[in-house]
Amino acid sequence: MEKGLHNEISNEKLVSLYREMVRVRLFDDKMGEFYARGLCPGTLHLSTGQEAVAVGVCANLTKEDLVTSTHRAHAHTVAKGTPMNVTAAEILGKVTGCCRGRGGTMHLSWPEVGMLYSSSIVGAGAPLAVGAALSATLRKTNQVIASFFGDGAANTGGFHESLNLASIWKLPVVFVCENNLYAISVSVKRSTSVKDIAVRAKAYNMPGFAIDGNDVIEVYKTARIAVERARKGEGPTLIEAKTYRHHGHYYGDPGTAYRTKEEVEEWKKGDPIVRHRKYLLERTIASEEQLNNIDKEVEEEVAEAEKFAIDSEFPGPEELERFVF
Amino acid sequence: MSTQREINMAEALNEAMREEMRRDPTVILMGEDVGVLGGVYGVSKGLLDEFGPERVRDTPISEDGFVGAGIGAAITGLNPIVEIMYPDFLPCAMNQITNHMAKLRYMTGGQLTVPLTIRSAIIQGRGSGADHAQTLIPWFVQTPGLKVVVPSTPYDAKGLLKTAIRDKAPVMFFETAKLYLNKGPVPEDEYLIPFGKADIKREGTDLTIVAICNLVLEALEAAKELEKEGIKAEVVDPRTLVPLDKETIINSVKKTNRIVVVDNNPSACGVAAEIAAIVAEEAFDYLDGPIMRVATLQIPEPVAPPLIKLMLPNKEKIITAAKKLF
Ligand SMILES: Cc1ncc(C[n+]2csc(CCOP(=O)(O)OP(=O)(O)O)c2C)c(N)n1
Ligand SMILES: [Mg+2]
Repeated sequence: MEKGLHNEISNEKLVSLYREMVRVRLFDDKMGEFYARGLCPGTLHLSTGQEAVAVGVCANLTKEDLVTSTHRAHAHTVAKGTPMNVTAAEILGKVTGCCRGRGGTMHLSWPEVGMLYSSSIVGAGAPLAVGAALSATLRKTNQVIASFFGDGAANTGGFHESLNLASIWKLPVVFVCENNLYAISVSVKRSTSVKDIAVRAKAYNMPGFAIDGNDVIEVYKTARIAVERARKGEGPTLIEAKTYRHHGHYYGDPGTAYRTKEEVEEWKKGDPIVRHRKYLLERTIASEEQLNNIDKEVEEEVAEAEKFAIDSEFPGPEELERFVF
Repeated sequence: MSTQREINMAEALNEAMREEMRRDPTVILMGEDVGVLGGVYGVSKGLLDEFGPERVRDTPISEDGFVGAGIGAAITGLNPIVEIMYPDFLPCAMNQITNHMAKLRYMTGGQLTVPLTIRSAIIQGRGSGADHAQTLIPWFVQTPGLKVVVPSTPYDAKGLLKTAIRDKAPVMFFETAKLYLNKGPVPEDEYLIPFGKADIKREGTDLTIVAICNLVLEALEAAKELEKEGIKAEVVDPRTLVPLDKETIINSVKKTNRIVVVDNNPSACGVAAEIAAIVAEEAFDYLDGPIMRVATLQIPEPVAPPLIKLMLPNKEKIITAAKKLF
């Protein structure tokens, strides 16, 4: 971590990071349950175990700032402030969903809170983020764009072209690589030329940070450096947050054909929510009761979203050809 | 009105961009060599000087990146024009075009709009080899969500490009490099040409010839020759393929009872194939003969000039096809 970094994070903020991670976790848990109940069209990719990345980054963004996401989109969508009800409804393909039942789990969008778009084409979100940042710069809106993507995406041409473009044009983009060590079944060790993807930043003349992505405070602090840099017009940053998904690639994938049980168990011990909870309790930043209350409040929020999504209708035939042009 | 003024297609396109950039400060132009050089064919000459490097951007050779960036800019309040030098390079950006540009509006339930125009100059027949020769137009016609424009004259090019820039939907705008220096009347007063309105470039009663891009000129030449033999051909230029003005084509066929469709693409699932299918479905009873297609051969374009001639549609092939109907 760089010297001179603002180490002061208010207790209030530290607790809100906990709340946001619980929101992401419990929302994803509910979506997994929906899937198991046969309610979800398509496949489902959960971020369980990776919550600290979405939350730590989004906690530095304003409502006007924008986010692009991936096929593993729920965490970023919820952390950016998209209401759970429209997100859950979209995942079920309902007309009340944020995309009126046309996008689904992998294509979430709610621009009014800055959730621009999640593209399920691996690596394809970064160029969109570059364009949004160009637009923000030319329109002088002072927005910052955070672009989330996986380790797998860091091997696409779009990723490399985007880093170069953002660098030569000094655009306000924070590239956030969520390195969960696998692209479906392929380990980064077998797919990627470097140990730390963050070193690729050097080739594009921007700062790169390889950090513990399961430490929400470290993510938060690093993202703050990057967001402030972007906001001041100093250009893009690449953050590589090392993390791990507890589930398989998609819901239903046991994730054991390419990972050992020991590896999975070891990473589960570093669960970012458990870690942060412990941090708050040990330093008496929050009490057990306070955190339990947060858990309960989030459970209620998720239950409301569940009810909304289940009770909503599918789009009717009159929706079919709307918005083609 | 000084309707007599004649300028070439490159100048007409330049005027269209210049006027729209003056009118709308959110219009920007990005692409390879569009700035300092003014485009490899000079179509964007002078725009950098007038509008500055913020709005007229030379890009690195990163088609995937800057087309994606054009989309990202379009969904956040800019109105970009992106130039892809030749259509052969569109595949480098095809992911962004087909998966984002064409679909973001639909997939987000109308929350995002993509007012992006991609311009590209066809260099078919130039002898630069098969990867500097394609139009790929059918790929885009088959992609729901894209509008597709194929002008043949300076007048159409200017009016259609202005409409494309103003259109909130994504537009693929296909220019034809060998038409750039062709002159034609272009009024100095502002005008727009709506999409989905074909232009009858020549009236006739015995035969309908539908053609696009430079092949409109070949069709007009063919019509002149056919007239000498007593065949009065009507030449219909759809000008936009999406939306397609079916009505003008069908009405023409109802009048002439014969049709030749000319296409600068391979015949399989091509533009001519689609127009032929529409005519078969909607005007079958009016036809006095088979629907004839004159398309490119289903082969990569060779370099040797005599082979190129065999491969591409031209006046002679149109005449041969037409005569089979009499
Ligand atoms: C261009 C492209 N190729 C392949 C796929 C299929 N696919 C979906 S997710 C995925 C792995 C992505 O890995 P990573 O970027 O590390 O993200 P993670 O799933 O680990 O979050 C693949 C190969 C795709 N969606 N897009
Ligand atoms: Mg991964």
